Amino acid sequence: MTMTAASEQRRETKRGLDFAEVLQRFGTLGIFVALVVAASLWSDSFLTRPNILNVLRQVASGAGIMAIGMLFVILTAGIDLSVGSIAALGSVLSAYFIASSGYGVTTSVLFVILAGAACGLVTGAFVAYLKLPPFVMSLAMMAIARGLSLIISAGRPIPLGDGGAALASFGSGFLLGIPEPVILMFAVFIGGGVALNFTRFGRVITAIGSNNEAVRLSGIPIARYILAVYVISGALAAAAGIISSSRTGVGSAQVGVGAELNVIAAVVIGGASLMGGRGGAFNTLLGVLVMGIIANIMNLAGVPGYDQEVYMGLIIVIAMLIQYGAGSLKR
Amino acid sequence: MTELARLTAITKSFGGVRALQSVNFDVQGGEVHALIGENGAGKSTLMRILGGEMTASSGEVYVGGKRAEFRDPRAARAQGIAIIHQELALAPDLSVAENIFLGELSPFISWNALRRRARALIETLGFNIDPGRRVSTLAVAHQQVVEIAKALSRRVNIIVFDEPTSVLSTQDAERLHGIIRKLRSEGVGIVYISHRLEEVLRISDRVTVMKDGEAVGTFPARDMKIDDAIRMMVGRPMAALFPEKRPRQIGEERLAVRNLNAGRRVRDVSFSVRAGEIVGLGGLVGAGRTEVARLIFGADRLESGAIILNGRETSVKSPKDAVALGVCLVPEDRKLQGVVLDAPIRVNATMAALSAVTNTFGFLKNAHERTIVTDLGTSLRLKASNIEAPVSSLSGGNQQKVVLAKWFHAGGDIIILDEPTRGVDVGAKSEIYGLVLRMAEAGKAVLLISSEHQELFGLCDRVLVMGEGELRGELTPQNYSEENLLSLAISRRTHQAQGGA
Repeated sequence: MTMTAASEQRRETKRGLDFAEVLQRFGTLGIFVALVVAASLWSDSFLTRPNILNVLRQVASGAGIMAIGMLFVILTAGIDLSVGSIAALGSVLSAYFIASSGYGVTTSVLFVILAGAACGLVTGAFVAYLKLPPFVMSLAMMAIARGLSLIISAGRPIPLGDGGAALASFGSGFLLGIPEPVILMFAVFIGGGVALNFTRFGRVITAIGSNNEAVRLSGIPIARYILAVYVISGALAAAAGIISSSRTGVGSAQVGVGAELNVIAAVVIGGASLMGGRGGAFNTLLGVLVMGIIANIMNLAGVPGYDQEVYMGLIIVIAMLIQYGAGSLKR
Repeated sequence: MTELARLTAITKSFGGVRALQSVNFDVQGGEVHALIGENGAGKSTLMRILGGEMTASSGEVYVGGKRAEFRDPRAARAQGIAIIHQELALAPDLSVAENIFLGELSPFISWNALRRRARALIETLGFNIDPGRRVSTLAVAHQQVVEIAKALSRRVNIIVFDEPTSVLSTQDAERLHGIIRKLRSEGVGIVYISHRLEEVLRISDRVTVMKDGEAVGTFPARDMKIDDAIRMMVGRPMAALFPEKRPRQIGEERLAVRNLNAGRRVRDVSFSVRAGEIVGLGGLVGAGRTEVARLIFGADRLESGAIILNGRETSVKSPKDAVALGVCLVPEDRKLQGVVLDAPIRVNATMAALSAVTNTFGFLKNAHERTIVTDLGTSLRLKASNIEAPVSSLSGGNQQKVVLAKWFHAGGDIIILDEPTRGVDVGAKSEIYGLVLRMAEAGKAVLLISSEHQELFGLCDRVLVMGEGELRGELTPQNYSEENLLSLAISRRTHQAQGGA
C-alpha cells in the first residue's frame, strides 16, 4: 500500500478528533474509575468484599445479562423494549415448569430460554423481514409478554417449590467465592465480546448499524442477522428472569418492570450509539457496573427509593453529556 | 466589472494540518470564475470561508470593498452570498415552495401566494416544476433547480456552485449552464467548482487552479487548454486520461438479459455482455440504467424477464444470490450504498467475501485478512495511512477504490459499474479507468454506466443507449459522438439495437 499522507478530507475532520476519540473510547472507563474512587473515599463499607459481591449480584440478576443482547440489537440500529417483560415471562415460566410440569430443572430452563428466544424471533421477524420499526414492534412484544406472564401466573407469585431446589441453589450458590449468577454474567459478557470482536457475526451486525444498504449490496443476507440479534436478546432476557426466580424462590410477573430502560441506559453509558454501528462489550459491562454502583452508593447513603429514581435519571444525563459531548466535538 | 468579493491571504488549519495556505481569490460582478483542483485541494474549504460556514485561521474577506467577518452562513447570506453545495441541503419531505422560502416563512403562511411566488421564480429559470410537490419525489436535476431558486429568492450577488453537474446528465448540465449565463448577464458573480474540465473551460471567464491548499494561479479561460489545467492540478503532465487499450480476448457470453421489465422504469430491455468486453450504458439521468443494474444484481424486484449468467438462466432474488453467481455491483451512491464509512478499509474490503477470511466456526482470520487487504491496497494503489483507517477519512477516489477492492476480493466475473468516477478527482479517475481495463483484460465482463460521455467512449467496446426505461440503440466506436448518443437518448420509439444513429 502506498503510505502517503492521509487525504485532505481527513484533515477537515481532524479538528478535536483525538481528544474526542479518547473520550469516546475511555469515557466510560473514566466514569467508572472516578465513581469507584469517590465511593471508596466516601464510605469505608464500599470497597469491602461483601458489598462488592452484593453489587455484582444485583447487576447480574438485573440489567447485567440482558445488556449484551441489547448491545447487539442497538449495534444494528435497533432497540428492544421487550426485555423486561420477557424476563417476567421467563421468571413465571421457569417457576411454572419446575413446580407443576414435572420436567427436571435443566429441561425447564432450556424450555424457558427457548420461549424467550421465540419472543425475540417474533419481534425480529417483523423487524427484519417486514421492516417494521423496532421501537414499535418491541413495544408490542413488551405488552404481549407481560400480559402472557400475568395470565400464566394469574397475577400471583408462583413458588418454585421443592423441585426448584437446584435452581435456588444456583441463585444463592458460590463458585470459587463468587456468586454463580455473577460468573454467568461474566461468561455472557466474555462470549459477547468474543462474538463482537472475533467473528463474522460481530463484524456484520456492527456494519449493518453503520450502513445496512452497503452491507446488503455486498451480498450479505442482513435480515438473518437482524433476526438473530432479537432472538439472542429474547433468550438472554428469559435467562435473566430465571436468575431472578432462582434468587427469590418465586416466579413473578412483576419481575423486570422498567428493566428495559435500565438496560438501554447501561448500554448507552457504555458508549454505544443508538444510531447503531458503535459500541463494545467491555464498555457495556462498565456501563452496567456504573449503574449498579450508583444504586449501591445511594443505598449505602440511605437515599429513599423514590429519590433514587430522580438521581439515577440525572446521572444518566451527565453520563450522556460526556459521551455525546465527545461525539459533537468530532463535528 | 465591479469587484464583489475578495479573499486575501486566507490560511486555514485544522489541528496542525494546513488546508489552505495564503490563498487569494476574488469574484467580479458578471463573471463566471471557475475553481478547479483535485479533491482535497481546498476548493470547498475556501468557499465555505466565503460563505461563512467556516472562519479562516488568518487572512481577510472583503465583500463590496468592506471587510467582512461572517460568523455563520446567515451573515454571509445577508450580504448576498449563496452557496449551492454538491450535496443538496433541501428538506426532502417538504414541498418545493416550502423549501424555497424556508428561511423566511412568516408565522402565518398564505400557501397560495407562496406557491405563486415559487412558480414564478422557477419559471424565470426556464423550468416548470409544481411548487406543491414534495422535493423527495423530484429528480436530482430538478432538486438542484429548487436549490437555485432558493438562493435566488433573496437578493444575491454571488452564487457558488460546488460540483453542480456531477449528478446531472449532459442535457441537464446544459440547461444549468443556460441559467448560469443568464445570471452572469444580470451582473451576478458566479464561482463554479467542477471536475469536468471541458465544461469549466466552456462556461467560465477566469479559472483559478488550486493544488494542495494553495492557489497555483488565475488564468483567463479562453487561453487555457485542458492539458494545461490537468498538469497544474496534478503537478505532473498527464499524457491522456485513458490508459492505452491493449487488444483483449473477447470470450463467450457471460451476462445476458432478455425482456427485463420493472414498472415504468425498465421496459423490455435485452442485451448481453461477453467475457473481456466492456459495454457502456449511456443515456440521461433517470433513463433506467441504474434500475437495470439493480435488477441484475437482485437489489430490486424483477417483474418479468430473464437474467442469464454464464449461459444459464438464473433467478436472482437478492444481492446475496447475485454475489454467489459472480455478479459485482459498484453502486451509484458510493457513500450510501458502496462503503460503510465508519468501518476501516480492512472491513470494507472483505465484506463481499467474508467466508474467505473466516474459518468454519465463523471466527475471523485476522492475520490472513490483513495480508489480503494490504496486498489489495498495493495492487489498486490505494492511498491511505493504513488499512485500519476508516473509509470516511479517504478521498472520493480512494473510497471508490475500496469498493473496487471489495469486488476484486470477491472475485466475481461479471462487473457492473454505476457512475464509478462520480465526484472523483482527475488523478484517481485515470487510475480507476486503468482498473476497469484490467478487469476486462482478466476476462471479466464489464457493464459500465456513466453520464460522462468521454468516459463511455474512452473505455467501452460498444455503448448501449437507454431512454425512458427502454433500450434505444447501440453505438459502436466508428460512430461514437455526443450528438449520436444524445439523439438516441432523446429519440422516441426507435427500434431496439438498430445500430448507430
